[in-house]
Amino acid sequence: MRWLFLKDLQILRRSPLLVALLVVYPIAVALLIGLALSRGPDRPRVAIFNQVSPSDRTLNFGGESIDTSRYAQQLYRSVDPVRVESRERALELVRRGEVLGALIIPPDITMKLQTGLEPATVEVLYNADDPVKAQLVQDTIKSQVQDANAALTRRLTDVALGYLRLIVAGGDFSFFGRQFDVLGLGPAEQLLRGTQAELPRGSPARADIQRVIEFARVARENLDLSDEVLASVGQPIRVDAQVVQGARSATLSSFAVALAVTVSLMFVTLLLAAGTLALEREENAFRRLVRGLVSRTGLLVEKVGLAAACSLLVALVMLAGLAAFVGLDPARAPLWALAAGAGALAFAAMGAAIGALTRDVRAASLLAFMISLPIAFLALVPSGTVGAGLYDATRAVSALFPFAPSLAALRAALDGSGGLAGPLVHLLVLTLVLGAAARLGLRRFG
Amino acid sequence: MTQPPTSAGPEPAAPPAAAASPALEAHGVSKRYGFRWAVRDVTLALAPGELAAVIGPNGAGKTTLLSILAGETRADGGTVSLPAREVGWVPQQAALYGRLTVAENLRLFARLEGAEDVDGAVARMLAQTGLEERARDRVETLSGGNRQRVNVAIGLLTSPRVLLLDEPSTALDPAQRARLWEFLDELVGAGTAIAYSSHNLEEAEAHADRVVVLADGLLVFDGAPRELVAEARAGAGFEAAFIEVVRRGGR
Repeated sequence: MRWLFLKDLQILRRSPLLVALLVVYPIAVALLIGLALSRGPDRPRVAIFNQVSPSDRTLNFGGESIDTSRYAQQLYRSVDPVRVESRERALELVRRGEVLGALIIPPDITMKLQTGLEPATVEVLYNADDPVKAQLVQDTIKSQVQDANAALTRRLTDVALGYLRLIVAGGDFSFFGRQFDVLGLGPAEQLLRGTQAELPRGSPARADIQRVIEFARVARENLDLSDEVLASVGQPIRVDAQVVQGARSATLSSFAVALAVTVSLMFVTLLLAAGTLALEREENAFRRLVRGLVSRTGLLVEKVGLAAACSLLVALVMLAGLAAFVGLDPARAPLWALAAGAGALAFAAMGAAIGALTRDVRAASLLAFMISLPIAFLALVPSGTVGAGLYDATRAVSALFPFAPSLAALRAALDGSGGLAGPLVHLLVLTLVLGAAARLGLRRFG
Repeated sequence: MTQPPTSAGPEPAAPPAAAASPALEAHGVSKRYGFRWAVRDVTLALAPGELAAVIGPNGAGKTTLLSILAGETRADGGTVSLPAREVGWVPQQAALYGRLTVAENLRLFARLEGAEDVDGAVARMLAQTGLEERARDRVETLSGGNRQRVNVAIGLLTSPRVLLLDEPSTALDPAQRARLWEFLDELVGAGTAIAYSSHNLEEAEAHADRVVVLADGLLVFDGAPRELVAEARAGAGFEAAFIEVVRRGGR
């Protein structure tokens, strides 16, 4: 078997175009998939036309100044901003697809926020040719504007609370440069009690003053509660999110990496295993080999081993390269190797089964593509997008092939999404079953 | 059906005496594909130093019989006395790896066959087949005739006692064919038992010690070429005798 392994490596070495296609093509496809998935939601590219002049970026409430540009900066940090000088330019960029959307901030927004007479409105432009992009832009900007709203509301609430505390406890107050000494309800109540005590016992003014004292006390006590009330105004409903399934540490980037590596693994392994086995038949060497030189099982093991070893190498190189850009945890590298290795073996067994069905390398390659692509797409159908019955059917079919468990194993290895043991056992079973199918196929091979 | 020969005559080209232990024996060998019998109940023996030609019309079962004797095809019935590893086999279609060189192909199969001295076996085969100068050329660059020479060389790597060849002279030019027969005659002289299939009746008559005629999977004649002629009507040549024997056998 060792000599057959070396022979196949020699043949691969002398087929540089084939090797380049076999390695480069799946990596390119996988990286494109990963790029498409990872570029979208993190920081969408948005054109911004801010018409508010620098002098108008401050809100004034009763002498308090709020710098609205601080909240605008928070919005800018959540997107990849492209500052433009006109609405027309923003529109042009959106139409050309250079940005996902555009945010137009009118010049009077600060005035409207200040007066509260009309709602302050920002304009969002997006290209609806791609509904996915359109939804992304809407969701991103809406959420960021809501965050800005909440932040502004908190700030305004703080200002209002300050006023209320002034009313309750008294103190100094500055308004447009003038200083005022505010009595406050508490001191007012004390003052009135003192004044009441100095009045004659039967004086009718006692009762009136008592009423004012009561008013001051009730107002003070109730306004003391206003802290909690006002604090919930900005965010009356809060969200407590819990992760039920998967890992909290799972990110879209690690999913994209797992998907990219699984796709590469699939293509390289299937094509190599199917092709090298079919080549034995095409070169008419199969029957010469199995008449006593090598057993059919031995030949199968050699092809599966070769394909799995080569694709594992490609997968590990990909992971090492991607780790530098996506921030994968290198301490989990042994798990990456385990997951990729198990996936490679299962795909290799599947490739051998395909190769055992075909008469030549071309047919083997075509069959490998035709079978693998639909299976991969099927495994990526998310729950909730199709009916429950159809979704269960897609899961059942996906479970018969190595793509879904390989993806699950790699995700678990990369970021701990789900367990690793389950997919590994699944892959082992598939390797044995598909290997047996390949062995059966070889009986009619020669 | 003609019985196998029971005694050897004093002719110079006659096969060795039946008392010599056969190099290869097959008893009641049969092979069926679906409902069609490709080979049916064939019994024969090859003596050391004997050159036997297996001839018959298309579909007679020649290739099937030889591939069963070589261990390449599993028989549905009967026995073969030698395991596959002890029989040299040269299939009709060259079983070579096009991307490997001549030497690399020989070396690979020498290792797989378990040759003790791999480099020695390769060098010997390159010399015997006259391919030393092409040793480093990839097989895919060789002509059909040269590929067949490499194909034959692989079958001889372990100097087997029995060599089976399926249509060995196909794709060879006349000079290469002459060289092939010289080569096979040398092997026979050294004691190798050789059986080959062929459509070329002239070659069978000229070179073979014995002819085995198959028709519809049945063995219809097994004997010396002159005996085949004697079987037919008076005055018939070898080809006419062959046709007559095949027709009598049911085809």
